Amino acid sequence: MIVTRSPGWDAFKAYFLDGKIYRDSFPEILSAFWLNVKLFCVAEVFILPAALFVAVLRSLPGPVFFPLRALAILYADLFRGIPTILVISILGFGMPALGLSWMPSSQFFWAVVALVLVYTAYVSEVYRSGIESVHPSQNSAARSLGLSHGQALRFVVLPQAVRRVIPPLLNDFIGLQKDTALVGTLGVVEAFKQAQIDQSATFNGTPYLVAATLFVLITIPLARFTDWLIARDRKKQSAGRLA
Amino acid sequence: MSEALIVEGVHKSFDKLEVLRGIDLTVGEHEVVCLIGASGSGKSTLLRCINLLEPIQAGRIVVGGVEITARNVDLDEIRRRIGIVFQSFNLFPHMTVLENVTLAPRKALGQSRAEAEAQTTVLLERFGLADKRGEYPDRLSGGQQQRVAIVRALAMQPELMLLDEVTSALDPELVAEVLDVIRELAAGGMTMVIATHEMGFARDIASRVCFLDQGAILEQGPPAQIFSAPREERTQQFLQRIVDAGRL
Repeated sequence: MIVTRSPGWDAFKAYFLDGKIYRDSFPEILSAFWLNVKLFCVAEVFILPAALFVAVLRSLPGPVFFPLRALAILYADLFRGIPTILVISILGFGMPALGLSWMPSSQFFWAVVALVLVYTAYVSEVYRSGIESVHPSQNSAARSLGLSHGQALRFVVLPQAVRRVIPPLLNDFIGLQKDTALVGTLGVVEAFKQAQIDQSATFNGTPYLVAATLFVLITIPLARFTDWLIARDRKKQSAGRLA
Repeated sequence: MSEALIVEGVHKSFDKLEVLRGIDLTVGEHEVVCLIGASGSGKSTLLRCINLLEPIQAGRIVVGGVEITARNVDLDEIRRRIGIVFQSFNLFPHMTVLENVTLAPRKALGQSRAEAEAQTTVLLERFGLADKRGEYPDRLSGGQQQRVAIVRALAMQPELMLLDEVTSALDPELVAEVLDVIRELAAGGMTMVIATHEMGFARDIASRVCFLDQGAILEQGPPAQIFSAPREERTQQFLQRIVDAGRL
């Protein structure tokens, strides 16, 4: 009510909620959106194992592994600190500009590399919090049975840690999906860039709404799916406990 | 009688807190030694040191003729020979009973799945847990969980078992089933070092009882002597408090 009675409502409605423009621009933006889907799918495939690797490096015990731990910390600090859009710009414009023939010049490639670098840093912290949330007595029990540090990690600690961090992992995955829109700054025509093009052509903001709709259509089912996964896992481990 | 375990002059500190102040203890094969003493006297720490879960600052520990506190020993190999059961069970919650028990034989000893499962089935049957093999730990009672934890340690066929207050976290009516398992192990000739607050049980099962006080073994002897005629004043005081609490 407050919104629809605001003085600018009619202008806003005309600018953002034009049904015809929505329908007209939808197919183009949808096809551009496939690029976003490809970006976050390809990136996530690399992020999940790479982040786990970084988190495991940080959990290595003893002074022997100090250099590896330090390296992992430096990496995570650096790439969580630099704004994603800068990493994308630096790699996306900078690497092809080097003109090295053996280096891929595709901006899609460098966009994926940038997203992987940034999100691996975030996701490694998520894994790490999961690893630290597993009580040390679980590790003691595994080691006391004669399992090595690696085996205890692989069979006892990580399976429990990963289960616990599925919700925050999903959270970062949604963040990644949205950040694929930043790749548009390289000139790659993904959903946001396409919406911008349509906006300039029609002088109407409705194409942005189209792009927003597409992102939401992906993230909501994903959130429900994760809820279902978590509920199923919980049921498996403790069903009958209260019965 | 050959020695299964020799502990010599073991000191252990956590930062500035000295928890073990020179422990000397010898355990013969097939012997059952009970460690008694107040909380904080060092019983659990001693067991954790024998299993090398805690590094020691001084002294040496020899298990089955091998000095396990020497440098360059393979910790994992040593831990395979020594079973430990904890107060809080520490079963792996994401694995079934069968998976909990077969994990170490398969991964640390390299047994095949069939081999490990066959051996585990025999153990589970022996301790009345055969019908629980597919259950997750959360679905078991405390007594059942602790019995599974004992079976898990036994599956490695250890030459020495360390039991760390294994009944302290259990409801009173569940204590007996766990103590029965330990009695059966003792009857089968298993060498054990048991930290316990169950004095009646210690009196029944122990070949020797050690009273720990402030990180040292103050007095040790056969249970009949320790429980009826303790020589040290602090042992008397400790046992008197137990009697007053109606626990002996």
